Amino acid sequence: MAYNLKEAIKKPNRMAAGHRMCAGCGAPVAVNAILRALKEGDHAVIGAATGCLEVSSFIYPYTAWRDSFIHTAFECAGATVAGVEAAYNAMKRNGRLPEDEHTKFIAFGGDGGTYDIGLQSLSGAMERGHDMVYVCYDNGAYMNTGIQRSSATPRFADTTTSPAGKAVPGKQQKRKDLTEVMAGHHLPYIAQTACIGNFSDVTTKAEKAIYTKGACFMNVLAPCPRGWGYETEDLMEINKLAVETCYWPLYEIIDGRYVVNYKPKNKLPVSEWLKKQKRFKHLFAPGNEWMIEELQKEVDEKWEKLLELERMTNPTQE
Amino acid sequence: MSIRERLSGNEAVANAMRQINPDVVAAFPITPSTEIPQYFSTFVNNGQVTTEFVPVESEHSAMSACIGAAAAGARVMTATSANGLSLMWEMLYIASSLRLPIVMSCVNRAVSGPINIHNDHSDSMGARDSGWIQLYGETNQEAYDNAIMACKIAERTGLPVMNCYDGFITSHSIENIELEEDDKVKAFVGEYKPAHYLLNKAEPIAVGPLDLQPYLFEHKFQQAQAMREAKDVILEVSKEFSAMTGREYGLIEEYKMEDAEIAIVVLNSTAGTAKYTIDRLREQGVKAGLIKPRVFRPFPYAEIAEALKNVKAVAILDKCDSTNGAGGPLYTEVTSALYGAGITSVKAVNYVYGVGGRDVRTDDIEKVYRDLQLDVANGIQGTPYRYLGLKG
Repeated sequence: MAYNLKEAIKKPNRMAAGHRMCAGCGAPVAVNAILRALKEGDHAVIGAATGCLEVSSFIYPYTAWRDSFIHTAFECAGATVAGVEAAYNAMKRNGRLPEDEHTKFIAFGGDGGTYDIGLQSLSGAMERGHDMVYVCYDNGAYMNTGIQRSSATPRFADTTTSPAGKAVPGKQQKRKDLTEVMAGHHLPYIAQTACIGNFSDVTTKAEKAIYTKGACFMNVLAPCPRGWGYETEDLMEINKLAVETCYWPLYEIIDGRYVVNYKPKNKLPVSEWLKKQKRFKHLFAPGNEWMIEELQKEVDEKWEKLLELERMTNPTQE
Repeated sequence: MSIRERLSGNEAVANAMRQINPDVVAAFPITPSTEIPQYFSTFVNNGQVTTEFVPVESEHSAMSACIGAAAAGARVMTATSANGLSLMWEMLYIASSLRLPIVMSCVNRAVSGPINIHNDHSDSMGARDSGWIQLYGETNQEAYDNAIMACKIAERTGLPVMNCYDGFITSHSIENIELEEDDKVKAFVGEYKPAHYLLNKAEPIAVGPLDLQPYLFEHKFQQAQAMREAKDVILEVSKEFSAMTGREYGLIEEYKMEDAEIAIVVLNSTAGTAKYTIDRLREQGVKAGLIKPRVFRPFPYAEIAEALKNVKAVAILDKCDSTNGAGGPLYTEVTSALYGAGITSVKAVNYVYGVGGRDVRTDDIEKVYRDLQLDVANGIQGTPYRYLGLKG
């Protein structure tokens, strides 16, 4: 069935209001857009790595999660949810769960819990092929502990452990491309997405990920007003500019075939996205133009490579 | 009728797991526990169990997956040793605080560094305050029996259980053993019916909250209370086990303690060496005895104090050091037990022994009893914090 926002938002949010995520945070918006892809009768067990999402949504004795929910530690959302899925298989086989019951397994982790400390646990869970979805909500730093750099932090960004100083102007390394790392796991479905427009991209991809048998991975951009330094009401604009500049391309890898979902007719310069965020403020100081040029070069190269991958793996797509 | 077999400790434990047929086993290979997931995956792939076997990429993930599976409502087992247990550290505390009845065989091995694959108790002793019940077994039979009882103890207390036994000495040596029949073991452990679990669609639950100042203290108290009450549960389950097998287990085992004047307290396989030595010394008229704690967590303070109250001197043998400058973990617990019971007449000394798999012979054990005789005669000379079998 074609996606329809008016219909989709009639479903009650499976992550309920009253949680303590910041206004203007991309994570809860992404979580609910993803969980809207669940069929109404289907139960879900949702896992989360330690991080903003977890500590703001399940503070004893309150929970924002309408489905069953588990948090264990920072680096092991992949393995924890894999364990839940293993239990489901065994308990179904052993007659301890009704045969006609459908439970879906979704793990959420921030970029710290996914790109960095949780990478091994994620890799293991995906390689073993548990029937689950791992969603990284990528806000590009350790936001929960106070905006420390992660391997997902963009180059030159100002964070509390890569401050824009007089000698070293912010983070020096390029960001890790986790979606491509996951491509090496030969999963049936991988998607990179963002909450833009009518949320069609994120919810449609979530539906594919949740209802494709096997281990699936989604990387969703989740801007952070505190860490990125934008006005809370600009969340959707920040998301949109990330896509329109091709900083965050929307694409899928379906059984190894690349599909680039959106190719902007007018690819905006990356500076349009950067200038909205205080973490890149120093890039706009006189004499620092080279940093913006470097970032533009990085974005362009990655975009071209992505288009090339699509041509190579999916020649009929163009 | 039980079945007479000849099995290694690991094979016996793997067979206990086969008989229990847990829902999920998640494990990672590490010497000397590796054989357990090896044997068990053979049972899985030959269709002898209906378990979901999760061959994880690390011990951290092994325990994480066990936690996820147990919270989901599954009966869960695993095994590890040494550095594997170290890597699980964070998750051990999470498993116990979530009150998940996971059963893990800990095949005791020295924790790095430097790396050493042989037996001592630095692994499980390091984890002694992680909220897990710890059972220790001397023989293959005890490792097997404890594995079966652990399942029931865990589910009745709502606490995870570590089934500890000595790497190589017990895990790899082949001994005569009595296995119970499959259907008897199945009936003994019964069906697992958790009260609340993630996969219960009728009652979704949330597990693992952020637990701040208003509640964490009470939750930790409840956990400690469960550990206090675990003593009775262990005795109750042991009694049920004895009714099935005729093999009796308590919190401690006493050997020739009735009239003992000098005693050793020691865990696991060394107890066997000590029993042999005691028999020889007794022939010479030496009133030597032994206490082998079967349960280290919860620690049987009252029982040990009671058993030791009439001896003149006791040597507590630790197969690892505490590096606290005062004595090994078993020593500090036993002396606490004596002090707590108001017993000041017993001279207590500590021997750190067998570290990194250093052999412990009957001569070594005899030396300890001879030292105790001197301690009784002359009082403790020098430090009570001693080393056995250390090269000079």
